[in-house]
Amino acid sequence: MCLAVPGQLLSASGDDPLTRAGRVSFGGIIKDINLAFVPEAVVGDYLLVHAGFAISVIDEQEAGRIFDLLRELDQGDDAGKPPA
Amino acid sequence: MKYIDEYRDPRAAAQLADHIARITTRPWTIMEVCGGQTHAIVRHGIDLLLPESITLLHGPGCPVCVTPVELIDKAIELASHQDVIFCSFGDMLRVPGSVNDLLTAKARGGDVRIVYSPLDAITIARENPHREIVFFGIGFETTAPSNAAAIMQAKQLGLSNFSVLPAWVAVLPAMQAIAASGAGKVQAFLAAGHVCAIMGYAEYEDMASRFHLPIVVTGFEPLDILQGLGLAISQLEQGRAEVENQYTRAVRREGNQPARKLMDAVLMPVDRKWRGIGIIPGGGLAIRQEYASFDAEKKFGLTSMVADESTVCISGLILQGLKKPHDCPAFGNPCTPERPLGATMVSSEGACAAYYRYRRVPSR
Repeated sequence: MCLAVPGQLLSASGDDPLTRAGRVSFGGIIKDINLAFVPEAVVGDYLLVHAGFAISVIDEQEAGRIFDLLRELDQGDDAGKPPA
Repeated sequence: MKYIDEYRDPRAAAQLADHIARITTRPWTIMEVCGGQTHAIVRHGIDLLLPESITLLHGPGCPVCVTPVELIDKAIELASHQDVIFCSFGDMLRVPGSVNDLLTAKARGGDVRIVYSPLDAITIARENPHREIVFFGIGFETTAPSNAAAIMQAKQLGLSNFSVLPAWVAVLPAMQAIAASGAGKVQAFLAAGHVCAIMGYAEYEDMASRFHLPIVVTGFEPLDILQGLGLAISQLEQGRAEVENQYTRAVRREGNQPARKLMDAVLMPVDRKWRGIGIIPGGGLAIRQEYASFDAEKKFGLTSMVADESTVCISGLILQGLKKPHDCPAFGNPCTPERPLGATMVSSEGACAAYYRYRRVPSR
């Protein structure tokens, strides 16, 4: 139910904060998505989309942290450290 | 797809599972709250990668499952009205009410339509000015803001033929109820990442210290869940009880402020009955007085109904993590996703449906 799918913002239109919308590509499938909850989103951003609304802008830097942890584990550094 | 595929890498999953095995010295019981996480755990066999001393309990985080049978009956009553177009997310259609389900109402001539977004219902309302459009307001805080936005849009557009049957549920009060009851002896929680994308996790900090329970905000892909479990287990092993955020790419401590503001403007917390669990104080969301004309219960004068549940079905115990699907005498026979006795068998995020699909025979 709370499923949210990442997609890339291709374009945005509209000035009304409640109805501002964008075209979002989900691996090539394009849908119109409401941007009311992500006023900070700019074209090129990856958004997490749920029920036709973007609920979060994916932070690219944070997205890579788990792979840093995996590299540390690979090097035998037993890092159970929190990511933030 | 980017931000999905790389989080499903089997080699990386094995590495995280090894890490968990190395840091685990004692038995621990951890509850994943969200049905989406339950589905992912059973689908990908994540529980089978863990040391046998780790027990995962599946929590109540499936809004479809916890919607009380009376509300399903009200939905069916509305859907049977001749001038009503009843709009719902698809997974509500086969949830059993006390007599039948929304799909049966549709088969008998009710105009029931599956929509992807509450905004689709707004579009239908604009296209059908002489019909009454009712949207089934199901979901946690992940979904509630989008419903609130639709109600606000309807008000701005002056749509008098649009209303919502409110059935939203709030997840934190349910987690607190489970922690307070000691049900299932939960020692740590994986909190639902997408609820936290909206609500943030500042409110969990008080809960973590009050109940001395580690809470890890966790995403939905296999690597997310394994990392979340690793963080929870290291807290347990070290005797810590803190809130940690595994899902940093999507969740900020303060949550999504525009969504929370909009939700607060339209909706307010209320006590709500959860199917199989009972009344949870503050466990639901209702439409504020300023938007009462969009409240389908008020608009159609629906009175409270009392409905009986199946006596065999143990979905209430499953939702609280007290039982697993295989413990139910009806699991698989006669209860199946095609002929469900309870809601945990209906929604793909219900524990019973996930076990039926991926784990029909107990694997441990």
